[in-house]
Amino acid sequence: MITEKEIKHIAKLARINFKKEELKKFQQEFSKILDYIERLKEVDVSKVEGDFQKAFLKNVMRKDEPKEKFKLEITKKLIEAMPETQDNYLKVKKII
Amino acid sequence: MNFEDLTIEKAHQSLLKKEFSALELTKFFLERVEKENPKIFAFLKIDEKSAITQAKKIDEKILTGQKISYLAGIPCGIKDNILVEGLECTAGSKILKNYIAPYDATVVKKLKEEGAIILGKTNLDEFAMGSSTEYSFFGPTKNPIDLKRTPGGSSGGSAAAVAANFCLFALGSDTGGSIRQPAAFCGIVGFKPTYGAVSRFGLIAFASSLDQIGPMTKTVRDCEIVFEAIKGKDEMDSTSIEIPSSSHSTTLSLKDIKIGVPKEYFIKGIDPEVEKVVKKAIKKYEENGAKIEEISLPHTEYALPCYYILAPAEASSNLARYDGIKYGYSKNSKLKTQNSKVKSQNSKVLDVYFESRGEGFGPEVKRRIMLGTFTLSAGYFEAYYLRAQKVRLLIKKDFEEAFKKVDFIFTPTTPTPPFLLGEKLKDPVLMYLSDIFTVPVNLAGLPAISIPCGKIGNLPVGLQIVGPAFSDFRVIQIAKFYET
Repeated sequence: MITEKEIKHIAKLARINFKKEELKKFQQEFSKILDYIERLKEVDVSKVEGDFQKAFLKNVMRKDEPKEKFKLEITKKLIEAMPETQDNYLKVKKII
Repeated sequence: MNFEDLTIEKAHQSLLKKEFSALELTKFFLERVEKENPKIFAFLKIDEKSAITQAKKIDEKILTGQKISYLAGIPCGIKDNILVEGLECTAGSKILKNYIAPYDATVVKKLKEEGAIILGKTNLDEFAMGSSTEYSFFGPTKNPIDLKRTPGGSSGGSAAAVAANFCLFALGSDTGGSIRQPAAFCGIVGFKPTYGAVSRFGLIAFASSLDQIGPMTKTVRDCEIVFEAIKGKDEMDSTSIEIPSSSHSTTLSLKDIKIGVPKEYFIKGIDPEVEKVVKKAIKKYEENGAKIEEISLPHTEYALPCYYILAPAEASSNLARYDGIKYGYSKNSKLKTQNSKVKSQNSKVLDVYFESRGEGFGPEVKRRIMLGTFTLSAGYFEAYYLRAQKVRLLIKKDFEEAFKKVDFIFTPTTPTPPFLLGEKLKDPVLMYLSDIFTVPVNLAGLPAISIPCGKIGNLPVGLQIVGPAFSDFRVIQIAKFYET
């Protein structure tokens, strides 16, 4: 079973706040899921060359040129969706 | 005029013959939704005004003798993880409550160009993560066939909307079965196209190497009409591809068709009644000339654990954008600052992330983000993620080998009929298992359709037909045989 300390560490990496009372239940469920995915270790992958991504995916390149499509109108909407702005800039809390 | 048994095809003919107007058709569905939706909760939001305006436009076209496409004047629903400009798009999450879509998804743009009438947005499991629509922040959708049961998920709202006759078709998205499983549970047709066949620009991303948009309809013919309208390469989605149009695919004769039935799909855990109904459906193909062959997809049992490593890993990355800074639910909003002045003065940007995500995401989304973060973290990456990518390759190769011997693969869509609301909420792994037959197809990127093939009592059973990559229209064609 995964420890509470480990869960807290993953939560920190994932930037998710857990309430204390949430944590215990989460730890149990999470352990059950981990047990389930552990089953993958039964598969012999020693002879598999490469993997899915290497076998089937390739880069699609295009020129990095500005397009007409996204006009000011959309920029305006994106700014409107921001939780806090000042003079059309996104406002964030103190970082340093 | 009877609006109850309408299909897209029939409605289109009636519109052309002026048996009813697009406005009458739209109003019928709007009134029905208003009356019945509270009990089923398939739709999250209805956009009545715009639906009526659009319908009037189509009527004008018909009256002035202009040519209209198949979908012109046809009312539809859009899963609420697909952007429709000006409408709220929540993905079933608190974190996107009140988020207004700034532009149309490519599929929506295409539907609008065709003249389809968008009635509103349909319910889903939060960020399409779930198999019952019970993980929606806004409440569960109920199965129109039996209100005590789930419609499946995550496109449960879309499936229920079509099954309850709230609209003539709906769009869903399918990452591990989210179109096919609810289609099977609601007794309708659901199609997941080949990976990349339909643009995902404007689809809220869950697991990008698996996500695919597709149609949910009453008949296979309708499914073909909608798929034809939404497919195609799109410069806004670099993973999109062009697959040949239906007019280019040759006519299939069942006599020349070999159907593979994988033995791994008929093992313990499958409801014996489901097995009986599906085998009977396969028999029907055999009686009409198709050859049936037992095949093996040896890595089937590892598909689900493989999926539950890869999909959450991608989700943990895709959902990093919901940080309470740029849009959506935020513990940084002005309102909150006014309410807790002292706290806000001391809080830092990191607190905004932690609190917005902690309060904005529901339990299943948190589980998956955490799971993905864990399997991608230092020390675990190779044991989980990299191994899963290798297993994914083995699963894909299983299908490739099988398609050297057979033309299509037939399986049940789900191991059980629709389950009761609440039945699997306490055990996440039990919920995951309901996608055991659909997940392998996403991992391999193949096209697959679920069609209703019989019932257990009044509960529908789905037959899944899988084809090789790019054989989308052939899959649709072979599914049509069952309807005729």
